[in-house]
Formats: sequence, structure tokens, C-alpha cells
Amino acid sequence: MNKVTFNVDRCKGCGLCVTVCPKKIISLSSTNLNQKGYHPAEITDMSKCIACAMCATMCPDTVIKVEKE
Amino acid sequence: MVVFDRPKALSDVPLHYCPGCTHGIVHRLVAEAIDDLGVVDKTVGIAPVGCSVFAYNYFECDMIEAAHGRAPAVATGVKRTNPDTVVFTYQGDGDLAAIGTAETVHACARGENLTIIFINNCIYGMTGGQMAPTSMPGQVTTTSPYGRDRKIQGSPIRVCEMLSTLDGVAYAERVSVDCPKNVLHAKKAIKKAFQNQIDKKGLSIIEVLSTCPSNWGKSPIESLEWLRNEMMPYYPLGVYKDIDAKEEDK
Amino acid sequence: MSNKVLMKGNEALAEAAIKSGCIHFFGYPITPQTEVAEYLAKRLPKVGGLCLQAESEIAAINMVMGAAATGTRVMTSSSSPGISLKSEGISYIAGCDLPCVIVNVQRGGPGLGGIQPSQADYNQATKANAHGDMHVIVLAPSSVQEMATLASEAFDLADIYRVPAMILADGALGQMMEPVDFDAKESRELPEKNWVTNGHGGKRKKNIVNSLFMDPAALEASVIERFQRYEVIKENEVKYEEYMTEDADIVLVAYGITSRICKSAVIAARAAGIKVGLLRPITLWPYPSKALGKLADTAKHFLVVELNMGQMVDDVKLAVECRRPVSFFGRTGGMLPTPDDVVEEIKKIAGGIA
Repeated sequence: MNKVTFNVDRCKGCGLCVTVCPKKIISLSSTNLNQKGYHPAEITDMSKCIACAMCATMCPDTVIKVEKE
Repeated sequence: MVVFDRPKALSDVPLHYCPGCTHGIVHRLVAEAIDDLGVVDKTVGIAPVGCSVFAYNYFECDMIEAAHGRAPAVATGVKRTNPDTVVFTYQGDGDLAAIGTAETVHACARGENLTIIFINNCIYGMTGGQMAPTSMPGQVTTTSPYGRDRKIQGSPIRVCEMLSTLDGVAYAERVSVDCPKNVLHAKKAIKKAFQNQIDKKGLSIIEVLSTCPSNWGKSPIESLEWLRNEMMPYYPLGVYKDIDAKEEDK
Repeated sequence: MSNKVLMKGNEALAEAAIKSGCIHFFGYPITPQTEVAEYLAKRLPKVGGLCLQAESEIAAINMVMGAAATGTRVMTSSSSPGISLKSEGISYIAGCDLPCVIVNVQRGGPGLGGIQPSQADYNQATKANAHGDMHVIVLAPSSVQEMATLASEAFDLADIYRVPAMILADGALGQMMEPVDFDAKESRELPEKNWVTNGHGGKRKKNIVNSLFMDPAALEASVIERFQRYEVIKENEVKYEEYMTEDADIVLVAYGITSRICKSAVIAARAAGIKVGLLRPITLWPYPSKALGKLADTAKHFLVVELNMGQMVDDVKLAVECRRPVSFFGRTGGMLPTPDDVVEEIKKIAGGIA
């Protein structure tokens, strides 16, 4: 399975990754807060990830690591 | 297989920028270019005054913090005394196109073998949202509260167009980081701007249309839309000068 | 035997810079220092260096900053109005602890002023170069020989203490011709420059040259560390010349071109039976306050002679601590006093003492 990892405590919850994901599998957590107090981005269904890295491309804080199977 | 990870030339520290500010994207692209070309050990970066003042903390190369607008002069001093270094400046619109206009224009006129990364986000970010030389006509800022009036505050400066008239400029391109496609293209342009310096071609400037959600009073997503809808028509993307392309045309 | 050559002060200074290993110069034309840049423009390309004419004084001093940050010996020169423009850069260079040499061949002011010799930038050079808690080392030559010797010394002092050094000359010294011996100065031991930003080569951690501190405690600590270095400079680097002061009732205090006029006045006054001496500060910062304080034990009166409306006189008063009267005589705007003018002032004071 492809894998997207977030450096959660660096995420500022800006949501730029959310809008560019072609599979619409990223959302800002509605329940979790990170150290900085932001709702961090998270993957809702990793099995749908195509490892296109568009999320990482748009992330201003280089929070995202993308691995392809 | 790792498809995407942070570049090594980008320091592994949190950036101080506001959520959704695209400075972070451009920082990463600069670091990727430095990594791709394998020059982190001989690169000297010049940080400006403005939101990116702390850029000296974010790159793994030697860094100098310059006075407001003076980065191209400081870079000239570094490069002229150490021609084997790779020197880049990272400057905002107030730094490069207002207080540092003379330093910018003359570094270009001299054809200093430098790479300038110019962030145009139409506003002074660090001081809290004042009018920039690149602020759009009608744009409301804290110092143009009724909107920028061309009759009073003049018109925004199109930096790439202006600098492309100077013989010393090898490469001038305006790019944007509003969507993945444009980010990938911006990466190519920035890498080329560094490669040109390594090839001793003269001055390369990459103007990056960028956002400032906090001071624009917009969400990060709305900011990208404003960039596309308001900035891009006034500041068209594209190559304004490329001495290589000219040679091919001949 | 020494090898003396006849040169203009500005050119001697420029040649001394080259001989001190400074082969990079960034400047902007302004009278009366232009010969410095013109001389270097001819010479530097022949020794593998560079003389770059910047778009402004502001750009020139920032080019100096960039070059200095790489550990390169570098110099800029200007004249009064141009030094004002360099203020910003001087503050950043001081704040970044970078060594460099700045030459001010002073002319009359304020504003555009004139182009004749002046010492009206004393306060600016010694007390208010630019914003912030900072100093530069200020050396005041009084001959073409010293234009050369002190230029070399300035590079060493700047490197040793990581403090910018200034040569405070004037239009007369810059333009006059005298014999000069470039071997006159002994070289000093210099520290290794491990703070440079010239590409880390993968051999060391990255260096950052910076004067920004968001944490006030860190900024205070950085300024205090710099002022501790200033104290060492004050302790070790004060230079002055005393001339016939041992038995002097009246001590003249003058530097630069004015000190030469005063020397003639001392001789003339002594011939007239008045015991006069001269203390000539060579370093204006650090200032020879202790030497002046000591002279206050024996001298009865101090007369400060300057090419301004009275600037260094304040430092003499501070050094003498109200123990003796301190008088002032000056001309300004590019006017020079004659030795007779100074003798007249001496006679007025001598009449009071007697």
C-alpha cells in the first residue's frame, strides 16, 4: 500500500493539501489538536492513495512524506 | 520507495510562517534545487528584511542576514570576492522593489552572477500588511485603507518586465505556487536560475507570485484564488528573458 | 635604508591597503577622496583584485559587508556626505562583528557643505556612526606616512577585534604629497577566521552572519560581549603622541592636519617664552583620556584646536574632569587656522595664567 506520513506537530492546518488531493482522502482532523493547537491534516482512506505527492508539493511546511509501494 | 521527502538543504526546523503562507513552498523549492545540483557546501544565501528575515535559519548552507533591500549588494560582495561560491538572495517585494530598487537594478545591470528569488505577494507581511510597491490597484492594505489609488500611490511595478530590459540579466521568469502544476514548474525555473549561475551566465531572477493569507484577510485557499484571479492578470506568468532561448532562435 | 617614495596621502593609503592584503575595494566617487578609488582602479586588476564602483555609498558599504563576511580583507572610502549614507551598513557590519576598513576623507558640512578640509565628522566617527550600541575604531593620521601606516594598522585591528576600523583623514592629508615608507609597520598576529560565510565545504557547520535577535536577553548578551571587546581595545590600543608636554603650562590638543599647525604654534610660542606642548591623539576611539588626565596633573590649561565648531573638546573636558580649564579654538567650513592664529589664542591664555 502507498503511504503518506504527516509530521503532525509541524502541521499548521492550512488545508492546502486537502484541496489538491485528487482522491479526496485528506481532511483536517475534527477531533485532534497538535502541539501548536492546529487541527492537523490526516488521511481518511490510505488504500485509495495513488502516491501522486500533490499534497506534499503544496505543503508550505514540508510536513508530508510520500512513499510508493 | 520514497516519492517525496524533505530536501536535505532545508533545515529540519519548524518555519515561523503563518498557516498557508507559500513562503514555505518556495523555501523548499530552493532547497530542492540546491540538493539537485549538489552545491549546499558552496552556497551562501542572503536573507532579506521582511517576513523571510529568518531564512538564515532554514537552509543548511552558510547564510548572511542583510539590511533591508541590500541583499543584492551583499551578494555582490560575497560573489566578487569568492567567485566559486553559489550565491542566492531571497527577497520580498518591499525589500527588492521598494527600498532595494537601486541595489536590484544595478546588480542586474552589472550582470552579477547571482540567483535572485523574488517573492511577490503584493504586501508587507512582517510589519503587518502595509501597501507594497506591487500591491494591486484598489487593494486595501493598512496604509491604503481606501484601496490603492493609482493617482495617489502610483501603479504596481512589474519587476520581471522592468529587469528584462537590462543586458546583464540572463534569465527572468515569473512563476506561481498556487497549484501543484505551477509549483513543479517553479521548481524547474528556480533550478535553472541556480544552474545558470554555476554556468556563469549572469544574473537570474525568479519572481514567485505568492500569498499572504494573514494580511490579505483571507483563508489559505481563498488566497490562492485571489492570486489566480487578481494577481495573474496583472502579473502574467512566463519567461521574460532567457539568453539561452535567444541563442536557439538565431 | 628605507625605501621612501613621494606620494599623495590618498594614494599612499590605497597602496598600503594593497600591501596589507586588501585587494577588494567597493566605493562611490566623491571629492576629496576620489584618488583612493582611482588609484585602486588602476592597481587592483594588476594584483588579481577588484575595484568596483557601486551605484551608491549604500550599495558600496553593503558590498563591503558581503566581502567581509567571507573573511576577505576589504575597504571602502568616502567623504563626509557619503559616510552618512554608509551609516546603515556600518551599523550592520558592527552588529555582525565583521572586520573592514572605512576611510573618511572629511570635507566641510553639514549638507553638501564644501570640498575643503574639515574635522566636522569627529562626533559622527567617535560617537554616532549609526544606530545602536556600537563603536568603530577610529585612527587619525597626520602625515602621508601615517595615511599608509595607520591604514595597515586598521586592517590588523579590525581582524583582531572583529570591529570595523575607520581612517578619519581630511582633504588636506588626502591631497598633500610627502615621502612614505611602506615597510614602516610591523605585522601583528591575527586570529583565525572561523566565522566566515564562504560555503562550508561540508567540513564544518553552517555559519550565519547576522545582527538580528528577537530575544532581548540574547541581544543584550551580544552587545555586552562586544563592549567587553571594546574594553580590551581601550586598554591595549590607545595611541597618541606627546610633543614638549613635560614642562608645558599650556597643552594643545589636536589631531590630523590641525596637529601639524599646532606643532608649529608650539615652536613659535616657546620662542616667545611660553611653555606650550601638544598632545596629538592618533586613536580618536579609543580616546587617550588617561594620558590627558595625567597631563592635567602638571599642565595649567588645555587648548583644543579643531577644524569644526568644537567636537573633540568635549572629550578633553571629560578626560580632564574639570581639574583644569579647557579652551577651544576652531575654524570650520574648510577654513584652516594659521600657526599665528593658534599662537594668538595661546597668548590670550598665557596672559590669564600669568
